[in-house]
Amino acid sequence: MLIYITKRLLYAVGILIIISFLVFAIMYKAGDPTELLLPPDATQQDAIALKQYLGLDQPFHVQYLRFITHAVHGDIGRSFIYGQSALQVVFERLPATLELASVAMLISILMGIPLGVAAAVRPQSFPSQGIMFFSLLGISIPVFWTGMVLVLVFSVILGVLPSSGRGALFWHTSLLTADGILHIIMPAVTLALFQLALIIRLTRTGMLEVLMEDYIKLARAKGLPRRVVVFVHALKNTLIPVITIIGIQFGQLIAFAIVTETIFAWPGTGKLIIDSIQNLDRPVVVAYLLVVATIFVFINFIVDILYTFVDPRIRVK
Amino acid sequence: MKLHENEFLAEYAESKLAVAGALLFVIFILLALVPSIFSSQNPYDLRQLALKNSFLPPGSGFLLGTDGQGRDILSAILYGLQISLFVGVASTLLSVFIGLLAGLISGYCGGLIDTAIMRLADLQLSFPAILIALIIMALWGQGISKIIIAITVVNWVYYARTARGSVLAEKEKDYVQAAQAMGMRAPVIIIGEIMPNVLAPIIVIATVRIANAIILEATLSFLGLGVPITRPSLGALIASGYQILFSGYWWVSVFPGLVLMLVVLSINLVGDRLRDVMNPRLKR
Repeated sequence: MLIYITKRLLYAVGILIIISFLVFAIMYKAGDPTELLLPPDATQQDAIALKQYLGLDQPFHVQYLRFITHAVHGDIGRSFIYGQSALQVVFERLPATLELASVAMLISILMGIPLGVAAAVRPQSFPSQGIMFFSLLGISIPVFWTGMVLVLVFSVILGVLPSSGRGALFWHTSLLTADGILHIIMPAVTLALFQLALIIRLTRTGMLEVLMEDYIKLARAKGLPRRVVVFVHALKNTLIPVITIIGIQFGQLIAFAIVTETIFAWPGTGKLIIDSIQNLDRPVVVAYLLVVATIFVFINFIVDILYTFVDPRIRVK
Repeated sequence: MKLHENEFLAEYAESKLAVAGALLFVIFILLALVPSIFSSQNPYDLRQLALKNSFLPPGSGFLLGTDGQGRDILSAILYGLQISLFVGVASTLLSVFIGLLAGLISGYCGGLIDTAIMRLADLQLSFPAILIALIIMALWGQGISKIIIAITVVNWVYYARTARGSVLAEKEKDYVQAAQAMGMRAPVIIIGEIMPNVLAPIIVIATVRIANAIILEATLSFLGLGVPITRPSLGALIASGYQILFSGYWWVSVFPGLVLMLVVLSINLVGDRLRDVMNPRLKR
């Protein structure tokens, strides 16, 4: 077991190194940001001086080596735009994104699993068909379109919900003030809808397959009430794949927060990356990708380890 | 498969919703093939636009209204539909081609090639598709062919994995062993013997993933990293309409959005049904 964990850990570190190289190569190729940074009346000398100051005059491998040595010390460079450490810029925005993603995840789990179970227990009934059609809508509606319709209905027409920002904060979170909660409703629902639909579908499919197993038939045959069979015997075995998917989907939520945050001007990392791409703010883009990649690799690592506890067959390999 | 074709169609048709989805999708394809039939103008021929017609609400001579340049929204939607569907179908075909090839080679050859291709696939799958495509487009800039390639880079993995899995199962069967014993060369066996037998599951996945490709393109275009604004897809139309949503000109973005939703929904209805019909584990 310890060997397995060590192996996975080394694998994770390897991936991070590959990614750091890819990310750096990408941004290196992406072009020279000096022109964007200087005022229009700057001279040629100013441009050269700035290049030297930012280290952009060095060849690729020198820049990458310096980047890596600094990176292991937690220094990815200063943002060209904000003047602060790029990592710090990303970390300052991270709580807003994590908050949004967590609320969205919570909404989709709390609604998705019960709805999925309901749709599997009586697959031909009218409510089940309704749930499945809703889930189909959920995966068919692009995230940005959901957000736009919500803004149109609740902000433009009804004027009941704010369409941008986080509202009043308390302890760095919008969840503790009434204004903050009003602000998070629409972005969180927008972000949750796709995941909700996905969880409904996964739970239903898993449940349908489990309900056909012999041990379920046995449990029913020996006279256990249907309710117990469904919620204890069947759900327990359905949840294993669903939970691992939920773990992986948290990464998806962080990625799709890019879209949601852009629509609702939510001051998180997603809006930051779009702004930074437009401003060619290379260090911030690199920092964002590294932070997000680390989060993904970490999630995958945890999921891998959880798998071995849930399914001992994997450990043997 | 061939023998049961009628049975298959009959079972598919049991779901009226799925039949409606298939019909709707065919209609969208036909509209996209010849958008000029139902368009009152070519929305990108500036000589046909008149500024006096700008921001007319739906119904006032223009069924779905006009945008700020006096462009007929219905015409813009039909031309945008063409681009959205083209990007969706082209990128899916390209990714099926590359994914199938990679999966067949990976599964048949095994060894180092297999490890390399599958590790690459694993690495890619641990990152959300939208993020990878976003970075590619951010580097490259807008463009229809660029977005097709970006979506292909993201999507080939799904076909490669499915194809590889099927090949591993097929490889041990007698007909492949017979072909090998007869001294047929590997490319001939892979393409002539194995490929026809692994296509069915790939086709099912591909239909569903056309919808994903269309959504991905629309999302990137909405973020300003997709198709150029001179040839807008549905996603780009929605993006340009979003900026003026707060001024009350809702029809500029809402109608393209509805069409986009219906297109994706129709494809998903078909894909869902295909999957249910072909999954023997869910048979009663």
